[in-house]
Amino acid sequence: MLKKIGFKLALIVSLTTIIIIGIYAYISIQSQREVLLEEVHRHVDQLSETIKMSIHDDMMANNRGQIQNIINIIGEEDCFKQVRLLNKEGTITYSNSPNDIGRMVDKKAEACYKCHAEDKPLEKLPIKERTRIYKLHPDSARVMGIINPIANERSCWESGCHVHDSDQTVLGVLDLTVCLKQVDTEIKKSEIKLLLFSLIAIAAIGIIIGIFIRRWVDKPVKELLKATNNVAVGNWNYKIDTKSKDELGTLSNSFNNMTQKLTEMKLQLVQSDKLASLGKLAAGVAHEINNPLTGVLTYSSYLLKRSKGNPEFEADLKVIVRETKRSREIVKGLLDFARQSAPQKNRASINDIVENSITVVSNALSLNKIKLIKDFEKELPLITVDASQIQQTFTNLIVNAIDAIGKSGGELRIETKQISLSAYGVKQIKNAVCPNGHSLMDPDHKIDGSASLKVKIKYNSNEGYLHMDPVYGRQAHHYGIPLLKNKPVELSCPECNISLKAKNKNCPECGTTVYQIEIPGKGFIEGCLKYGGTWQKWEYADSEGEVRYIQIKFKDTGEGIHEDNLSKIFDPFYSTKGQKGTGLGLSVIWGIIDKHNGFISVDSKIGEGTEFTIRLPLDSKIR
Amino acid sequence: MDGKNILVIDDEQLIIDSVEKIVSLEDITVDYALTAETALEKMKTGNYNLILTDIMMPEMDGFQLLEKMRLTKIDIPVIMTTGYSTGENAIRALHDGALAFIPKPFDIDELISIVKRGIKFSELQNSIKDDQSDTIAYVPCPSAYYRLGYTSWIRFDGEGIVAIGITDCFLNTITKIKEIEFLHSDLKVFQGTPYAKFIDENELPNPVLSPLSGTIIKQNEQLKTNIPLVEKDPYFDGWIYKVLPDDLDNELKKLTPCSSDRL
Repeated sequence: MLKKIGFKLALIVSLTTIIIIGIYAYISIQSQREVLLEEVHRHVDQLSETIKMSIHDDMMANNRGQIQNIINIIGEEDCFKQVRLLNKEGTITYSNSPNDIGRMVDKKAEACYKCHAEDKPLEKLPIKERTRIYKLHPDSARVMGIINPIANERSCWESGCHVHDSDQTVLGVLDLTVCLKQVDTEIKKSEIKLLLFSLIAIAAIGIIIGIFIRRWVDKPVKELLKATNNVAVGNWNYKIDTKSKDELGTLSNSFNNMTQKLTEMKLQLVQSDKLASLGKLAAGVAHEINNPLTGVLTYSSYLLKRSKGNPEFEADLKVIVRETKRSREIVKGLLDFARQSAPQKNRASINDIVENSITVVSNALSLNKIKLIKDFEKELPLITVDASQIQQTFTNLIVNAIDAIGKSGGELRIETKQISLSAYGVKQIKNAVCPNGHSLMDPDHKIDGSASLKVKIKYNSNEGYLHMDPVYGRQAHHYGIPLLKNKPVELSCPECNISLKAKNKNCPECGTTVYQIEIPGKGFIEGCLKYGGTWQKWEYADSEGEVRYIQIKFKDTGEGIHEDNLSKIFDPFYSTKGQKGTGLGLSVIWGIIDKHNGFISVDSKIGEGTEFTIRLPLDSKIR
Repeated sequence: MDGKNILVIDDEQLIIDSVEKIVSLEDITVDYALTAETALEKMKTGNYNLILTDIMMPEMDGFQLLEKMRLTKIDIPVIMTTGYSTGENAIRALHDGALAFIPKPFDIDELISIVKRGIKFSELQNSIKDDQSDTIAYVPCPSAYYRLGYTSWIRFDGEGIVAIGITDCFLNTITKIKEIEFLHSDLKVFQGTPYAKFIDENELPNPVLSPLSGTIIKQNEQLKTNIPLVEKDPYFDGWIYKVLPDDLDNELKKLTPCSSDRL
């Protein structure tokens, strides 16, 4: 608890609040006290002046009884503790307490000391100096005493009564003592009020800060801790659920991003590991399978040679020889897959290849009560392909369809036709460079199976990598940093940092700046720099016009593939068949189609079936 | 023994049986060994015209056997085969002195044609040894050329272009050529994979392996109408392809300079 960041923060904030409010309260009480006392001073001074005035006439007339009378009346007031008149010798001549009359007050006494400290008494003192605050008894309330000197004046020495000397300055003093009980209560009250306010303020601030620290710091930190612990024990899919946009929110998003990237990297590592062992495996498999295949091929071709003139045997043996040779090509394909070599292309008829594939699996089709619908376009032009590899592709797809349909029966529709497609959304970027000539292609990060374009992306102070979709117009980019919709970003070369922003060019759709990337020998691809912008243009590809393809569709009524798995099915070793499959089938297919400059896509709905579409370019160029 | 006798070396009896069954059609007798060690023993006593050996074998493998034969000066022509049929293995076999390479699995025609070529080569070899006269059995390729095994050659034609062709030694081991099948994928050839198939009078396919990898710029069009040209002038007008090599420096290491043939 004591080590928790939230507690520490709350503690430090509370302490600061206590100190600040404490100082404020202290100063406030002090000044209030001073103001009140000042007020009382003035008040008492005025009072003493008033008393002096009211007895002035009686003094002139030497009306002693009347003077005593007035003082008594004033002294009756509860708060006037002492009202005394002293002559210049220090004898109390009038007082509200009769016992005092005639008593001498020592000049050294506290009340007189201020003026009589020197040999010659002072004649004038500021009001503060004439005042003293003290307690009559140790337990009683505080009182304020004020000495008001009675100055000599002309009327005093001219009147006929008991003539004072004209050279005297002070004739005596009026000593008034007032209780401060009310003032003290007032001060006490306000002290309590302030103290209460301070306590409430401190508590309120503490609680509010606590709540927000809990919400803004404690919870996200706890969530992050939980996430790191989860990742530490291998739960790589753990995601922090946060909508916050503050630093901790960004940190959480970055964390999610990081785990995702790490997961992908881990998968890739595992995959490259698998691929490395696949090479060894292929060597072993090739060796192991090619020996028995040699037996089958030599014996069957031997028999074929000897069965000339026996058409019944000849036809069957031909199938065995042909399919054994196809097996030989499959094994070679496995070796090629591990070694990534090029296909052996020849002119061939796609319809024939599909027919051959069907022949191979016709047994399985009828066993599983699968109705095969062939919708072939007649007069399809010949196409330059590696017939053996393409047949392998088709056979695999049909086998997949049979597996997906299962024993209950269903329908498999195979369609071939010639189509024309524009480059947008189809054509792939196979090479791209920055203005300094650095290649931007990243074969380690694939989007939908193809190598992506890796560029540096910057938004605000955030920097990371953007993997751009190599398919022109598709724009299924992978962003390495969190971005805000409709905000422009900066792109640069990951190697030399040169900006990829096009000069003097703006997006024709939204006016934002655009990027420009060179496709060597094929012009430039341009696109909107706004996150979420859809504009992209590749003039070279557009100018090529429509490209002719042969499209082959395999549509089954099987169980279908879940949406989440659709993007993964072309990855090596991804398999839904569990122990039954190697997970190589579709990735090999993908590789074969890619080497033919073609495209393969999949569309599927759970419970309705799956449709694979292969498009092979008719006018394939050398790769 | 009538001299047409081959020694088959393979750790799998099935292969030996298949080979025996097929070559017996051509009146060729077969002796066999399941390991390279026993094969070496047998070579000392037996009189073989040809050796057909597997590459991947436990203990001593095919390449080691070839090396042993070279060291002990056993000059019986060797055909190598393997289930791990990569271009690299083919190149290594030819570079190390094997007469030919045949990938597994093979069919009857492929096996018969290669065995016949081997027997023929062996006969030529013996005739040179026996014949002390000046009869020229085969012409070594011109000295500026490089060769892959005994079958194909390359010549530098300048501007980075390399011509590829077949040797007269190869021509002498086959009967008259009936048809030339140009094998290439997408105008590419790869070192160690067949670039052309010479179909002889007996309809037997005789593939030749490409000495290097590259893009074909030109194919000898004359050969389409004038097949005898390659037999008449294999080193000059009878070239097959002109190629822009992919990786000449590395691939050249696997070839033998023809100048080294002239002692």
